[in-house]
Amino acid sequence: MTALARALAVIAFALAGCALAQVVTEDPLDARLKRLETDLRCLVCQNQTLADSDAPLAADLRREIRELAVAGRTDDDIRAFLVDRYGDFVLYRPPLKPKTWLLWLGPFALLLLGAIVWWSVLRRRRAQSTDAVAPSAEAEARARALLEE
Amino acid sequence: MRRLRWLVPLGIFVVLLGFLGVGLTRDPREVPSPLVGKPAPAFALAQLHDPTRKLGTTDLRGQVWLLNVWASWCVSCRVEHPLLLQLAKAKLVPVIGLDYKDKPEEGKAWLVSEGDPYTTSIMDIDGRVGIDWGVYGVPETFVIDKNGVIRYKQIGPVTVDALQQTILPLVRELQRS
Repeated sequence: MTALARALAVIAFALAGCALAQVVTEDPLDARLKRLETDLRCLVCQNQTLADSDAPLAADLRREIRELAVAGRTDDDIRAFLVDRYGDFVLYRPPLKPKTWLLWLGPFALLLLGAIVWWSVLRRRRAQSTDAVAPSAEAEARARALLEE
Repeated sequence: MRRLRWLVPLGIFVVLLGFLGVGLTRDPREVPSPLVGKPAPAFALAQLHDPTRKLGTTDLRGQVWLLNVWASWCVSCRVEHPLLLQLAKAKLVPVIGLDYKDKPEEGKAWLVSEGDPYTTSIMDIDGRVGIDWGVYGVPETFVIDKNGVIRYKQIGPVTVDALQQTILPLVRELQRS
């Protein structure tokens, strides 16, 4: 009897836990903060997002972000709040500005450069191969004469 | 000219190697602070040894001062501590200690056992002032000029080199101006 009661109590607690978790994930503010925090870097564990990190600073920053959001600040305001204190490093998406032009446009520039090199090599090869195949008019006439013999 | 064309990829490779080599010498944990050159974020915090009294950025206007962020739980704070004690003895510049996210009793006990290099210690129990100052790795040390502008930030323990080659010359220069 006591074993059964205990088992039932465990199941009841587990269900209550699930129900609570459900309620928490359905909160739109939580969802918004989660989305925002997955785009922000934790400065202590630098390869983790603010959403994932267990560092005490990350917890403090999440608290700060929540308070700002509750006070009605927009996502951009919150990002600016963090950038003012920690620099662009907190952003997983670096902003496009003169200092980051190379970062954003560099890969496209390299792609373009590669395309130009490829195209010029291809064109030269084609020129060479047609040179080799196309016989001069004289040689062609000679060949035709030989064939007609 | 054509014969030297094999030098082009070699050149690119050497340049790339150079960039990567320089990258190896830099510490990715040191994130340059955007606050250097900007007015120090204002605070008024209760003092560690006398919580009824406050110390704030406005009280420190008109002088060059250092803000050293420390905590009793911070392991690498012990590394720089002897140096801070020496600096305190030399009385070159006031050093304000920001006891960051610490229990006041533990902070006080730590200063008793290790020695107290601070002109005044203030408490940032919930870490809000730390966030305003962009603190992310204790210990950190800031140099603030007479107008209340942050002029330098040391991330991690103060070293003899950093103190003698950067911090003290900067303090002297700022004190003269």
